[in-house]
Amino acid sequence: MSTTTPRHVRPLAPDVERLAHLRDAKDLMDRSYAEALDLDAIAREAGYSRFHFIRAFCDTYGQTPRDYLSVRRVERARELLRTANLTVTEVCFLVGFSSLGSFSTRFKALVGLSPSDYRAREVQRGGPPPIPGCFVLMWSQPAPQSRRSHHPARSVSSGAATKKEDDK
Amino acid sequence: MIKRMSHAPVWVLDQDSAKRFYTEKLGFEVRTDATMDGLRWLTVGPKDQPDFEIILAKPGPPMVDDEAAKAITALVARGQLGAGAMETDDCQGTYDELKKKGVTFLQEPADRPYGIEAVFRDDSGNWFSLTERKG
Repeated sequence: MSTTTPRHVRPLAPDVERLAHLRDAKDLMDRSYAEALDLDAIAREAGYSRFHFIRAFCDTYGQTPRDYLSVRRVERARELLRTANLTVTEVCFLVGFSSLGSFSTRFKALVGLSPSDYRAREVQRGGPPPIPGCFVLMWSQPAPQSRRSHHPARSVSSGAATKKEDDK
Repeated sequence: MIKRMSHAPVWVLDQDSAKRFYTEKLGFEVRTDATMDGLRWLTVGPKDQPDFEIILAKPGPPMVDDEAAKAITALVARGQLGAGAMETDDCQGTYDELKKKGVTFLQEPADRPYGIEAVFRDDSGNWFSLTERKG
């Protein structure tokens, strides 16, 4: 406000608050992915109307909230397929998908394999995953202003071969 | 030979708020809070780990120029910077305690090959793992 404001108490960049509200919405999806989250509830978390929320989220994270939620669910499904003794159908519902068809389609689009093929590959590989879970969680976060879902998501478990720098 | 790491920076959006968060919510202690020529040097650390300090740094000159500060600020606020892993003897207990204090969690305590892990954010948006190591 005042021109004499010292540099170190300069106010935050103007859209920090807006970004923090969008982050709250994303955190809600990360936390409550298994629930039947509807867009209105997610938008409310960010203090937006549904319409403005979708636009603002896209501008910030490079994908729609719905796409992001399904990325998170697929990431959780991958872990369950690797580690839990559950059927594909059980995994599908546990991570929040409401139909096996949409789960399989989305999984295949992101991972490049069907859920059962993915599990077969992981079982064959054996052993615990080499990368900590917190990193896998954050690694599957949306990349701002880049890919809009054309690339299959990078695979954590198959090592350096799939670590393409394709989204810089 | 390098002996150990003693300081690591975490970018925060507001140093006063970060100081409150790290001390009042996480239970850290303030190691230094000094201002010189407009630059505030603020460090905190876990009580049980006296030889390590987190520098709660605000993006801005002279460390980074205005343009870089803006980019870093946006990344932190969007929640895309990850700042490290914290250890606890009791992940569920610490999770309950921090959650009661209003700390945002992205993930509840979950079994991992290396232990029990939850994921939380600081008040700026940096994420941390909270891990109870196995055996």
